[in-house]
Amino acid sequence: MADLNFTDQNFKQEVLEDNGSVIVDFWAPWCGPCRAVSPVIDELAKEFAGKVKVGKLNVDENSQTASQYNVMSIPSVVFFKNGQPIRTMVGAQNKEDYKQEIEALLTS
Amino acid sequence: MYDVIIIGSGPAGLTAGIYTTRDRLKTLIIAGTNWGGQLQLTTLIENFPGFPDGIQGPDLMSAMRKQVEGFGAEIVESDFSEGNFSKSPFIITAGGKEYVGRSIIIATGTDTQWLGVPGEKEKIGRGISACAPCDAPFFKNKKVIVVGGGNAAMEEALILANFAKEVNVLCRKESFTKPSEMMIEKVKNNPKIKAIYNSEITEILGESKVEGVKLKDNRTHKISEMPIDGVFVAIRRAPNSEKFKGIEKDEQGYIKVHEFVKTNVDGIFVAGDVHNKNYQQAITAAGFGAMAGLETKRWLDSFL
Repeated sequence: MADLNFTDQNFKQEVLEDNGSVIVDFWAPWCGPCRAVSPVIDELAKEFAGKVKVGKLNVDENSQTASQYNVMSIPSVVFFKNGQPIRTMVGAQNKEDYKQEIEALLTS
Repeated sequence: MYDVIIIGSGPAGLTAGIYTTRDRLKTLIIAGTNWGGQLQLTTLIENFPGFPDGIQGPDLMSAMRKQVEGFGAEIVESDFSEGNFSKSPFIITAGGKEYVGRSIIIATGTDTQWLGVPGEKEKIGRGISACAPCDAPFFKNKKVIVVGGGNAAMEEALILANFAKEVNVLCRKESFTKPSEMMIEKVKNNPKIKAIYNSEITEILGESKVEGVKLKDNRTHKISEMPIDGVFVAIRRAPNSEKFKGIEKDEQGYIKVHEFVKTNVDGIFVAGDVHNKNYQQAITAAGFGAMAGLETKRWLDSFL
């Protein structure tokens, strides 16, 4: 599956107007821990394909969205449901923890 | 069954693995989901010998990992959860799976210790951080405070000074004592960095993000408020030792060490920051790793 990238331009359409569950990984190329999280996000996108929309947002190129959600530490993974941010996980977490959150999101 | 299981994948753990694999010991490294340890959260390392122009922390760790894997170490990227440390062979659990080792090297290092003041927990990631290399660019032209008086605090302050308008370094004591003279000079010569001595934070203010801090002057006990956009925490660290039941620790949680690298349990060795609270450098961790690797081989050979 191709990587899904959110931007300041498509955020409204792809995330806020989505009636399902969306996961946004806020990252930047200069951030070491983000590089560790990135492949985990790719795997989650594959595992939950069709159930959850999983994508990344480069905070350097899309600072408007990042500051709108007060993202000041990366990686930050924000879970959206019906366009609303429900939960934020700050810092690199392990895959199981992300998975648990996604499953909670799906049943909520 | 493995000859040795190394728990931790910073410079201590990976160096230990280089020694054990070269001694033909069947080696498993429980690297954790965030492998590579603290150096993954740094930028340029200038005091690791062999790199006259410095080396990026994450690059150094990737190189060490490649080296140890090249010698045949098996690496598992799951988190250690528990173990039976009464006697060899030891059974440990990581990522829901059990592994058995004749010997163990504990090299789990230390972790960020937060301040534990009101207003902190809910704003971690919203202006409170422990990783300047990750988060400094969010504070472009802003005002930040770095808490701590050691080398780590100096490093964070210097990174932040590349972005922020003003960097305050908050030190509980009346001067910086722990950092190297070179670091202190760099900090003092940076026009953006200001030191505040004899003070600590008692509360972090702001609703959805950091807007200010309450500072206490330790001499006068007077409390003042300071508007601020970011708080970077770099105080003393906490050893990752709580999961090692039956292993002796000191009152701060550092593992007690006998004869350089031994713990109180026969066959369980320790290396790096998790027992070494005095130096906590990449190079000292690597040195202890080498020692633990060699000692493990000697101990296993004593049964031949």
